[in-house]
Amino acid sequence: MATEQTYYVPAQSKWPIIATVGLGTTLYGVASIMVNGSQGDDTGGAWTLFFIGALIMAYMLFGWFGNVISESRAGLYSPQMDRSFRWGMSWFIFSVVVFFAAFFGALFYARVFAVPWLGGEGDRGSSNMLWEGFQATWPLINNPDPEAFPAAKEVIGPWGLPLINTILLVTSSFTVTVAHHGLKQNHRGKLKLWLAATIVLAVGFLILQAEEYVHAYTELDLTLQSGIYGSTFFMLTGFHGAHVLLGTLMLTIMLIRILKGHFSADKHFGFEAASWYWHFVDVVWLGLFVFVYIL
Amino acid sequence: MSAVIDTHAQDHHHGPAKGITRWLYTTNHKDIGTMYLVFSFAMFLLGGTMAMVIRAELFQPGLQIVEPEFFNQMTTMHGLIMVFGAVMPAFVGLANWMLPMMIGAPDMALPRMNNWSFWLLPCAFLILVSTLFMSGGAPNFGWTFYAPLSTTYGPPSTTFFIFAVHIMGVSSIMGAINVIATILNLRAPGMTLMKMPLFVWTWLITAFLLIAVMPVLAGVVTMMLMDINFGTSFFNAAGGGDPVLFQHVFWFFGHPEVYIMILPAFGAVSHIIPAFARKPLFGYASMVYAVGAIALLSFVVWAHHMFTVGVPLAGELFFMYATMLIAVPTGVKVFNWVATMFRGAMTFEAPMLFAVAFVILFTIGGFSGLMLAIAPADFQYHDTYFVVAHFHYVLVPGAIFGIFASAYFWLPKWTGNMYDETLAKTHFWLSFVGMNLAFFPMHFLGLAGMPRRIPDYALQFADFNMVSSIGAFMFGATQLLFLFIVVKCARGGEKAPAKPWDGAEGLEWTLPSPAPYHTFTTPPEVK
Repeated sequence: MATEQTYYVPAQSKWPIIATVGLGTTLYGVASIMVNGSQGDDTGGAWTLFFIGALIMAYMLFGWFGNVISESRAGLYSPQMDRSFRWGMSWFIFSVVVFFAAFFGALFYARVFAVPWLGGEGDRGSSNMLWEGFQATWPLINNPDPEAFPAAKEVIGPWGLPLINTILLVTSSFTVTVAHHGLKQNHRGKLKLWLAATIVLAVGFLILQAEEYVHAYTELDLTLQSGIYGSTFFMLTGFHGAHVLLGTLMLTIMLIRILKGHFSADKHFGFEAASWYWHFVDVVWLGLFVFVYIL
Repeated sequence: MSAVIDTHAQDHHHGPAKGITRWLYTTNHKDIGTMYLVFSFAMFLLGGTMAMVIRAELFQPGLQIVEPEFFNQMTTMHGLIMVFGAVMPAFVGLANWMLPMMIGAPDMALPRMNNWSFWLLPCAFLILVSTLFMSGGAPNFGWTFYAPLSTTYGPPSTTFFIFAVHIMGVSSIMGAINVIATILNLRAPGMTLMKMPLFVWTWLITAFLLIAVMPVLAGVVTMMLMDINFGTSFFNAAGGGDPVLFQHVFWFFGHPEVYIMILPAFGAVSHIIPAFARKPLFGYASMVYAVGAIALLSFVVWAHHMFTVGVPLAGELFFMYATMLIAVPTGVKVFNWVATMFRGAMTFEAPMLFAVAFVILFTIGGFSGLMLAIAPADFQYHDTYFVVAHFHYVLVPGAIFGIFASAYFWLPKWTGNMYDETLAKTHFWLSFVGMNLAFFPMHFLGLAGMPRRIPDYALQFADFNMVSSIGAFMFGATQLLFLFIVVKCARGGEKAPAKPWDGAEGLEWTLPSPAPYHTFTTPPEVK
């Protein structure tokens, strides 16, 4: 509950409208690339639009975050404002959790209902008449219509790169916590060392993940077009990888800010928000490791 | 009340900036609320125009005005624009205006993000409406965009539609985060959760629903995007996917979504009825718990939209009973509104007329919903005009009458002037008659078997359709009167006192009318 204190209402800001133009232009560009590309039309203009939008977005992100950082360093934010930021970040992470839940839901539905039904089992087993003789297995290699959705040679087992990646990410969750303790104890050296270690682990994860994708595409023929297994595998791991990339960028920016002398032992919500996000991508990975790779 | 009353709202240090940048760069919750409401009304007229095209085509049997292909685009765009462009932004606009004033806060918790949430909407709808002019036309698969109609058989503009939905989703999620942060963090000292006004409570729960389901919508349109452009098979059985999966994911979003469109109206009506019955709201605590129960149940009823699609029997039974359970908390609410009016000193100004009509007509929509919830009976009703009648009864006299009631209730606070009561009552009666003429006959059409989303119909449906079209034209034209009333009120009229309604309660009425540009810069004490 609010206590008696002045509340910081920011003055007018140009960033929201710039962000709107940037996001709209970027996404209109992306949609145009896809639509023109699929119709065999020229995509040059669409790419230009996309790049202009992306530049506006980059400008906006630097400007808007720069604005917030300088306000924060000027001491304009009360503890109440800090709580608003905390609620904001928590619910943002919750919304991304729900986004992943939709894709996990699709995976479970395919495994538990759709594929067995197509194979003739269960309540809707009559679906088997669509492709008679189709055998339901998981991981689903041979699709009901192998011409439209060609089979992969095999899928990626859990005990190679995925296990190493699990170890990397779990370790990085610990290192970022050690760095946080360093910050709270005002041990800047400890903070820098362990935050840098976290970023190294994060980059290692991303490199191995990229290698796994190359392996899947070039050697295993496991692609987005490999039926529902490839669809759920690449969408889940791909969106997770995108969030790891974003988290790595956040942590890198925090490291740069720390090297510039930002944050104090008691005021460092920017760092905390990035580490919350990092724990979140770690937890999602554990879900992926269990439900996509092992089971 | 310790609120500092700033009598000269146009004080140049604290007043609004001049010119267009006031609106482009604003961080003021009242400015942003106004922009949301204006945008919402513009979309209401655009979506309404499309409804007029639909009703004109259905005025008589046979094809007369538009091509069937264009008719499909009209039903699709009408639904999308009304849901995402008219109803949802109207409630966000009301939230922006009223929440800070109701809880004694100076503004929303995250004012710049608030402005971004708003400006993303015109951007999203620019993209959505632009699909009408693309080759292959606009989306034509209904507002529910079922796969494979929207994936394998959709027009090329579907990809643009998907990105428009993404932008709307980003806007909604940020708006909802802002609402939650504001309510949880910015309440005046002494305002405990169970002292919050009901509009604040309903918005808190609505915001939770938004954050919990808008990402699911983003997920389902992303799966569509991948199926269309990158060869995945989420909704294609040939690759082991399932078109029914689309419906599950869509309705997991879609059912909470319909409560997102009605819960804030519940909240507003819970302010209006006590004000004009001059009695405190009956059963405040049970109202709060009922809204919470409705919100939780909304996550476990989605497959009642899919009874005929081939859900296993156990699923049909579960979703049938779970759906019927929702009638219990909803019944509590209706009972409490009626009990509030019981033996009250009632007067019937425009907000109260809309609120009373809301209670009666929304209940009719609720009852037809119960009929649809009965799985074996639904096989007869599914995808007929009975469904159209049902959801228009909950959305038009439910959500939209709730918005009109709120607008008339708070217009004096926003503008400082009283609206023209005679014109407002005319607006009510024409809307009331028009809307019932338009939608009541649809119940009979649906029960007799007329399918929805078809531009032509068999001859025996002709009379009811003509009545329905006449009612729709009447309702549509009447909304121009609303525009006139609001513009007239904003430009002048009898000066409104700080509290124009006898029985109204709440912090917003302690402020002068019009509310100064900045309010509650020091929090008031709530006892």
